[in-house]
Amino acid sequence: MADEIATADPKSTPTEELDQLVIRFAGDSGDGMQLAGNRFTDASALFGNDLATLPSFPAEIRAPAGTLPGVSSFQVQIADFDILTAGDAPDCLVAMNPAALMKNYKDLRQGGTLIVNTDAFDERNLAKAGYESNPLDDDSLIGYRVIQAPMDELTKEAVKDTGVSGRNVLRSKNFFALGLMAWLFHRPTEPTIEWVEKKFAKKPEVAAANKAAFQAGYTFGVATEATKNTFEVKPAALREGTYTNVNGNTALAWGLIAASQKANLPLFYGTYPITPASDVLHELSRHKNFGVRTFQAEDEIAGVGSAIGAAFAGNLAVTGSSGPGIALKSEAISLCFMLELPMIVINVQRGGPSTGLPTKPEQSDLLFSLYGRHGESPLPVLAIPSPSEAFEMAIEAARLAIRYMTPVILLSDNQIANGSEPWLLPDVDTIPPIEVTFATKPNGPDGTFLPYMRNVDTFARPWAVPGTPGLEHRIGGLEKESISGNVSYDPNNHQLMTDTRAWKVANIANDIPDVEVDGDEDAKVLVLGWGSTFGTIRAAARRVRLSGEKVATAHLRYLNPLPNNLGDVLRSYEKILIPEMNTGQLLKVIRAEYLIGALGLNKVAGEPFKVSEITEKIMEMVK
Amino acid sequence: MTAPSYTRADFQTDQEVRWCPGCGDYTILASMQMFLAGLGRPREEFVFISGIGCAARFPYYVETYGMHSIHGRAPAIATGLATTRPDLSVWVITGDGDALSIGGNHLIHALRRNVNMKIVLFNNQIYGLTKGQYSPTSEVGKSTKSSPFGSIDYPFNPVSLALGADATFVARTLDMDRNHTQAMLQKAYEHEGTAFIEVYQNCNVFNDKAFIQLTGKEERVHNRIDLEHGKPVVFDEGAKAVVLRGGEAEIVDSSSVDPKAILVHDETRPDPSVAFALSRLSHGPYGPTPLGVFRNVKRDAYDIAVNAQVEAAKAKMGPGDLDKLIRSHGTWTVGPTSPNGSSNGQSNG
Repeated sequence: MADEIATADPKSTPTEELDQLVIRFAGDSGDGMQLAGNRFTDASALFGNDLATLPSFPAEIRAPAGTLPGVSSFQVQIADFDILTAGDAPDCLVAMNPAALMKNYKDLRQGGTLIVNTDAFDERNLAKAGYESNPLDDDSLIGYRVIQAPMDELTKEAVKDTGVSGRNVLRSKNFFALGLMAWLFHRPTEPTIEWVEKKFAKKPEVAAANKAAFQAGYTFGVATEATKNTFEVKPAALREGTYTNVNGNTALAWGLIAASQKANLPLFYGTYPITPASDVLHELSRHKNFGVRTFQAEDEIAGVGSAIGAAFAGNLAVTGSSGPGIALKSEAISLCFMLELPMIVINVQRGGPSTGLPTKPEQSDLLFSLYGRHGESPLPVLAIPSPSEAFEMAIEAARLAIRYMTPVILLSDNQIANGSEPWLLPDVDTIPPIEVTFATKPNGPDGTFLPYMRNVDTFARPWAVPGTPGLEHRIGGLEKESISGNVSYDPNNHQLMTDTRAWKVANIANDIPDVEVDGDEDAKVLVLGWGSTFGTIRAAARRVRLSGEKVATAHLRYLNPLPNNLGDVLRSYEKILIPEMNTGQLLKVIRAEYLIGALGLNKVAGEPFKVSEITEKIMEMVK
Repeated sequence: MTAPSYTRADFQTDQEVRWCPGCGDYTILASMQMFLAGLGRPREEFVFISGIGCAARFPYYVETYGMHSIHGRAPAIATGLATTRPDLSVWVITGDGDALSIGGNHLIHALRRNVNMKIVLFNNQIYGLTKGQYSPTSEVGKSTKSSPFGSIDYPFNPVSLALGADATFVARTLDMDRNHTQAMLQKAYEHEGTAFIEVYQNCNVFNDKAFIQLTGKEERVHNRIDLEHGKPVVFDEGAKAVVLRGGEAEIVDSSSVDPKAILVHDETRPDPSVAFALSRLSHGPYGPTPLGVFRNVKRDAYDIAVNAQVEAAKAKMGPGDLDKLIRSHGTWTVGPTSPNGSSNGQSNG
């Protein structure tokens, strides 16, 4: 049983009830802001709010302390109704130092609450952040409700008897901030206390310090009546069921494990660490009891190579990376396409090109996924629309890879990977099995085995794994003779095989759901999206409707092949808007495929669209 | 079940072998097929993985499972295969360009990991399939299509490289010597973990007689140093011997030293320094050159360790429970009786 935190009744301060609230924690990358944000989020999730999060951190592990590039932040929106994004402008900003304030205060909505750690506002830090005078002393923060807390001092005081010393003392100050936030927003304290006790079970002094700092922050709020009122967001009326709070990388890893169970194949993940995909490796490597084998290869190419070997061996084979790593894997992916072996290729996209913005989201690898291979090598390409949907998209990618004996590209991005949302847990028993048929008998005349004899429905070739008697065969990157699989340089055969491979992938369109339209069928404007813009587009459409205008939205989970009904859907609207975090990649595909004059709304700023940006554009178009 | 009885023909495919007439690859293929037939192990349990190059066509000609992959990546592909299927005998067929140039990284990492696979490197010191450019084992000064003024690239010594990567089994053999080749294949097969065999292979079109010092009737007597475990390292019909001086191997006249000073070869020596010293006796096959097993030591094989970890996790944590997994971060329930969605937070993390 967790210690009860001694709290005065927060209701001694008047409470204002809100239906939604956007909070941002900002501090130095060593200040523990991601942790504080995640704890606040989990407490809110367990309380029953709907929520969505947006972490943002520098590419450097520890940029110089106190500087603008070193600022790390975590934004979360909580609400008493179903929300779709982490919010545009924060209602409350925690700034642990001047740099965090400088970088974030402009986003804070007018009248919003600002919580600052006054101890960090010394001359040196102010200078590093580019302040000529202390914003706490002049009038630059007029219009915000400012809560000033000497967090360093109060944290030191709070933890002095817990046994932590030296540099570790101030490491608890994020818990001070969290305690203050728990008071201000009526968050339940038990989940945080329980988490601390579990997490630091082996370091009781650290657990004690964090709890003491958390308590001190809470008490600071009560004792100083830091604001004239506190805020409350009631639980959301979500659909009935059991929920957990999950980010995209975790849901993706769990989805792969689920696919492995449903296909009854061992899971093999061959990869090389890269931001923001590494957490998929971290998560999978913890679950070896599911028969998961993770392989941290010497490089990206070995990551995909090992997956191809594992696919040949009869595993559910997966490789994962981000754009630069996928570029390195490109040749091997084409090999796998030629071999016609099942494999999932995960691309957690980030800002590019080259090293680009490794910790920021972007959707700029769509054309690369569709066309970024040598030769004629069309692949199925799927895109995850939100963190929790990563689970089922991973299962779907596995289903298509195995059924059609082909590599499948599964796109995620940094926003999905690190953002989190409540997930209505599925009944795992009702997830349909993935059918796997290994070849066990010769399929040719006189007991011969023909590795490129195809299934008449799917055009998939048989999967005959080494160790199966009588099916010894050779596959390879050289062009195959149809049916026999022998090396062939015959011109007609190359035409046939090229067409067959393309047809096999195109035919998947008959095995995927139609794209669904959400909103007003008689609208003039349809907003078409793919990937992580899902929530933002839906939220923008809601706002448009609230203002009395009509709009429809559709979101693509399958980018190749495109759903069969997409052309008809697009043609039934007067105007098509395609918002993308790139310079217009889906736009190009749609225009080329359907000869439709769609318009793009494009942003490559290393951050997601704001709901307001898409709303404005739609409003312009509906007029 | 009785062991299958095979002949060489059982390991030949119906595909026409397409190497240049006179290529050393034919001899190596024959040695391999004879060796496999002699093992009596079901042929479906063998997998040959290759990259790109003349040698890489090898899997097409062996009636087992096989994959002709992409340039340099065979060890990576074989790692995924061997790691997940310890029941198979996995072989990598590669060349000097494939293994040491484009695939150098995969080679050294496979060797250090000690995955259960056998790497056979056909070293002809030239690029054959691309028609005659110098390779990373070509000698300095070599005049080729891409080095008309002579190559200025300093070559690798593949055996030294493998030892430097801490390979647990390192050997060298010669295409022409079928018996020696088969003996090396046998020892590699018996080794647990990665085995590395460099095969000096003659490319009669682009680099003919590169190994004449070891194959020529006159020359080989003076230059072939056969390493035999537990025996003094002597050659040239006993006239020459190898001694260690200051950590370096040196060739001396046998008569000039105390017989006790002659190095006794011990392939199982845990430290690779002496094996490395032996590999430095010649930096290429241009004079006295050792053949045989340089190193053969025990170290846990990677695939066995990986699978032991999986089994240990199952034993400790129980078999995976998917429903438990997706609830492991704490859950809350929105009940039917709470129209406002009031919910009860219960952490079962």
